[in-house]
Amino acid sequence: MTKFRRQLPLYLMLLPCVAAVLVYSYYPMVGILIAFERFIPTKGFFASKFVGLDNFTYLLRMPETLDVLRNTVFIAVMKMLAGLAVPILLAIQLDLVRRAWFKRTMQTIIYIPYFLSWVILSGILIDVLSPSSGLINDIIKSVGFQPTFFLANPKIFPYVLVVTDVWKGAGYGTIIYLAAITSIDQALYEAAIMDGANRFRQMLHVTLPGMAPIIALMATLSLGNVLNAGFDQVLNLYSPVVYSTGDIIDTFVYRIGLVNNQYGIATAAGLFKSIISAALIIAGYRLAYKYADYTVF
Amino acid sequence: MNKIRKKSLNAGSQVFNFINYTLLICFAVVCLLPIINVLSVSFSSSAKATAGLVKLWPLDFTWASYQYALTNPQFIVSFLISLKRVGLGLVINMAFTVLAAYPLSQSAKDFRGRMFFAWFFFFTTLFGGGLIPTYLVVRNTHLLNTVWALILPGAVPVFNVIVLLNFFRQLPKELSESAFIDGAGHGIILTRIYLPLSIPSLATLILFTAVGHWNSWFDGLIYMSDYRNYPLQTYLQSLQVQTNSESLIHATTEQLKQLTRISDRTLKDAQIFIAALPILAIYPFLQRYFMKGLVLGSVKG
Repeated sequence: MTKFRRQLPLYLMLLPCVAAVLVYSYYPMVGILIAFERFIPTKGFFASKFVGLDNFTYLLRMPETLDVLRNTVFIAVMKMLAGLAVPILLAIQLDLVRRAWFKRTMQTIIYIPYFLSWVILSGILIDVLSPSSGLINDIIKSVGFQPTFFLANPKIFPYVLVVTDVWKGAGYGTIIYLAAITSIDQALYEAAIMDGANRFRQMLHVTLPGMAPIIALMATLSLGNVLNAGFDQVLNLYSPVVYSTGDIIDTFVYRIGLVNNQYGIATAAGLFKSIISAALIIAGYRLAYKYADYTVF
Repeated sequence: MNKIRKKSLNAGSQVFNFINYTLLICFAVVCLLPIINVLSVSFSSSAKATAGLVKLWPLDFTWASYQYALTNPQFIVSFLISLKRVGLGLVINMAFTVLAAYPLSQSAKDFRGRMFFAWFFFFTTLFGGGLIPTYLVVRNTHLLNTVWALILPGAVPVFNVIVLLNFFRQLPKELSESAFIDGAGHGIILTRIYLPLSIPSLATLILFTAVGHWNSWFDGLIYMSDYRNYPLQTYLQSLQVQTNSESLIHATTEQLKQLTRISDRTLKDAQIFIAALPILAIYPFLQRYFMKGLVLGSVKG
């Protein structure tokens, strides 16, 4: 009894949190029923007509489906690779800088975009990438090339997404890797110098191997993002002209669901994504646990 | 930097150094130029801006766009909604983070339900109902067009709970044990021992929560059917998608009128910059705590 009285306040503390999560995270999971229904909003989750897998077969037959899937995986994987490589490179470069003020200034500058929303960043990008008056095309024209409409060219658009994603996210990754580099044992550098290693060799044989565990951890944890191609970014930068290469699962679900009000089909597409993503996230955590001893809580 | 590595400086290293600095400066310039460009446009006359002449310095310097933006009633209303959202969201998110993190930081011996509840919260980060079911629940709980639609669905920020509970667990157990023997209850232990010791990590979470609320726009777009309830970022987004025909189908005539009035580039850029200003103003604090917060979150025992 005393033991329970000791634990009671703990349950009371959790109560409001549990209530909020039950209503706004678990109750929507019941709503997944919609994926198997011809859903009529006035009838609710339970009374709408059950149609089995109809919504899924409808999705499979839609002409866009394959494109959307391919775009999603392509854009997401490119982002994962670039998002891994660029911060690692920047961290190594920053570590080699000796002037503290220079290092600090560089860090300050490259983190700024991370804290701005995609609404703001895309407003900036739409201006800067404009074919008629944008800064980037001015530079391209001044070197004698034809201006490019970056945001309306389906061939280029996915790469614009990747590059601008690196622009926004590089600062975040850099901090993690820089922290990993500072924790490398200085005796290793001493030994490398004794062996005649120049700074490039030190980087190759001491810094990089020292970063390996954290690189492996970040790579495995990013596995869950294979179907996350960046909803905020794409929705703010794309237009019907680039749907063929730029439309991703999340924007597709948004359009059929909330713009066209085809709730059942949108939920089916969303469910498909959720299940695969959950499997990938779990795989990522398991790998991270196995190879980097990482546990969540 | 350390002394050992300083010694190995020779001609080859100097070239290496030069290349290194140049590449870093290039990257920083690429990061910064677009922002400077937009800032310059916002301070230029609209004739010069429309002609595409403004590069990295304002031409015909003027505050006109800022004056116009700040006298636009919807801009002010949206700005205030965003402030309200940040204030309310911060209080609720932080209260729920602390209330969830403390019980979950107890050992399974002291709190039987620990593993169950930890999984209860963690599971929501793996799997969710998705866009449409969540929207319907928010609608069914009558939150549409209220500020609570922007706060309650994300009231428990599970990743922040995990960061804080891991921080609590690093605190020496002797502190709470001796307080317990002296007759202190959980409330006292939490408020007199745990919270004062966690100020750096709480500050980090506060800053990130505030920035997150300030920057969110999508929930505003879907949960507010009346544009007069849009928070600032949603309002800005609705101005930007004017080229996107789909959004125009749903726009009211009033919105359309507003869109044509505001299509001016300098005005758009001024609004972008005003929306970014609060973030840039707290940026020095953000950056300082950012380092600590990340180290807390990613490198734990």
